[in-house]
Amino acid sequence: MKNGSNLKLFLLPAVLFVILLFLPAFIPRFYVYILAVIFVTALLAMSLNMVVGHGGLFQFHHGVFYGVGAYAFALMITKAGLPMWFCFIVSPLIAAIVGLLIGWFCVRLTSLYFGMLQISLGSLIWAIAFRWYSLTSGDDGIHGIPVPDFISSTSSAYYFILIFFILCLICMYLIYRSPFGSTLEAIRDNPERCQAVGINVRLHQLMGIVIATFFAGVAGVLFVVLEGSVFPDMLFWVFSLEIFIMCLLGGWFSFAGPILGAAIIVSLRTFVGAYTEYWTLILGIILILLIFFLPEGVWGYILDKFGSRAKGTVEGGSK
Amino acid sequence: MFDMAALGSQFFVGLSRAMILFIVCSGLSFVLGVLRVPNIAHGSLYMIGAFAAYSITKWVAGPAGFWLALILAPFVVALVSLVAERALFCHLYQREHLMLLLFTFALSLILGDLVKIVWGAEYKSIMAPELFNGSIGILGASIPRYNFFLLIVGPVVGVALWLFANKTKLGKIARAAAVDREIVGAVGINVSWVFAFAFVLGCFLAGLGGALVAPTVSITLGMDHNLIIEAFLIVTIGGLGNMWGAMVGSLIFGLTQAFGVLFWPQFAIVFPYTAVVIILIWRPQGMLKSVW
Repeated sequence: MKNGSNLKLFLLPAVLFVILLFLPAFIPRFYVYILAVIFVTALLAMSLNMVVGHGGLFQFHHGVFYGVGAYAFALMITKAGLPMWFCFIVSPLIAAIVGLLIGWFCVRLTSLYFGMLQISLGSLIWAIAFRWYSLTSGDDGIHGIPVPDFISSTSSAYYFILIFFILCLICMYLIYRSPFGSTLEAIRDNPERCQAVGINVRLHQLMGIVIATFFAGVAGVLFVVLEGSVFPDMLFWVFSLEIFIMCLLGGWFSFAGPILGAAIIVSLRTFVGAYTEYWTLILGIILILLIFFLPEGVWGYILDKFGSRAKGTVEGGSK
Repeated sequence: MFDMAALGSQFFVGLSRAMILFIVCSGLSFVLGVLRVPNIAHGSLYMIGAFAAYSITKWVAGPAGFWLALILAPFVVALVSLVAERALFCHLYQREHLMLLLFTFALSLILGDLVKIVWGAEYKSIMAPELFNGSIGILGASIPRYNFFLLIVGPVVGVALWLFANKTKLGKIARAAAVDREIVGAVGINVSWVFAFAFVLGCFLAGLGGALVAPTVSITLGMDHNLIIEAFLIVTIGGLGNMWGAMVGSLIFGLTQAFGVLFWPQFAIVFPYTAVVIILIWRPQGMLKSVW
């Protein structure tokens, strides 16, 4: 890679970061809130893309781990009254443990059947959260979760979420650049050959799932910080597939694609969903258009049209 | 702890539930076997089957309406799926399987909202004809007549499907296309239409399941979601694409759920899932042989 493009690669996120840092001073509070929702959703989509785009696994029920992180955080604060920072660290770990349990079953199957089994097992967790009324308040969810004063206002929550969003992105970027990230991509491109050269395919896939579910748990905790509530729809499989669509829409063979996808879906849901009760119909139509006309995603399309194609595609995948 | 009569009637409740699940899952399994795509829209088509049955019984009153609904509702569903297949789905057969799967998800989202537009969000229910009022005593347990009817219909559908897949030319072609679509195409058979037929037949069975279940449950918008998850589990534990596997899976699922209701009503759903987990630890590839 040339030096110039390397600089550009660094400059663009830096400029974006500075803009995002000062933006809340200039835009209405509602838009600050929407931006924070986009960050949380984008982190979730990025964590999904770690296993989908980089790991080649059909993680169809990623929303469960997001929900588990959020529920764990909410329950530990409201029911157990544990200190916030403790909950903040432990909740993503709980999500990762659930990811380990579900992933342990799923990695035995391949491709679409991996996904089917995961949808099914994840739905068990949804069903438990939905029915265990005394603990989770069932369908109503938990509302008014107390968060410390320093993140209770919209703009302070915005900065809090932005900082953790950036931190997680940096971590993910480093993971992708690490030997582990390269191995994961190699398994995606050719599992048989990886097996043959002595890589433990299932173990690496399982590790990928655990790391991804940890970040999903972080996203769940950030959601609670922003909204102060949790509800069982976060664990529902339709939402999980919506996250999957975000990855597809943005373009999953690029680092920033899922962020773009999350931004588009969240904005559409906020501004189009306000006018119609048939949001899922619109989502379905978007998905069909996407399958037929933009299989590489929006980001892939932009790179294809305007940028150098090679940069956007698989970085480590030289077959 | 429980008397035998309660256990016995719960056994038959589970068995009749398993028959509904089997009819729906055999359709899902058939599509999975031939097209190799888990059809997420299968649950929505089941729901449309139930709603269509409701509309037909409103349209033609009396027992005739019920029987007409049972026959016509699956065809309504088959027509919906045929239109979706020929208009959109068939153009995707050359693409990777993930795209096919996501298409069926998009279809389920669209069909779910279309049902809301056409039938509204209220609960619906239909009555089984008077013939099915009351119950029959078997081995000291009393089972509702309609459930008994389901116990007959399930195996009949299973046998018919088996005869179709193994004894007719079309069925054999469909099975051959499941194994190697290139060769089937090479001997001059239009594979696209074979796939269309398999898809529509699978959806027909979903519609039949929906029409059959309609008198026993309240017909609501959420019924597709619950069903598709259960169907995925059943097909996975049974062996992907294996019709008799769908039967075994349905029986396990239906019975564990029915007995679970006796032991721990609030979390009855935990029992079938536990059974599934145990089976998958024991045999990750499902109990019976997958088709491919």
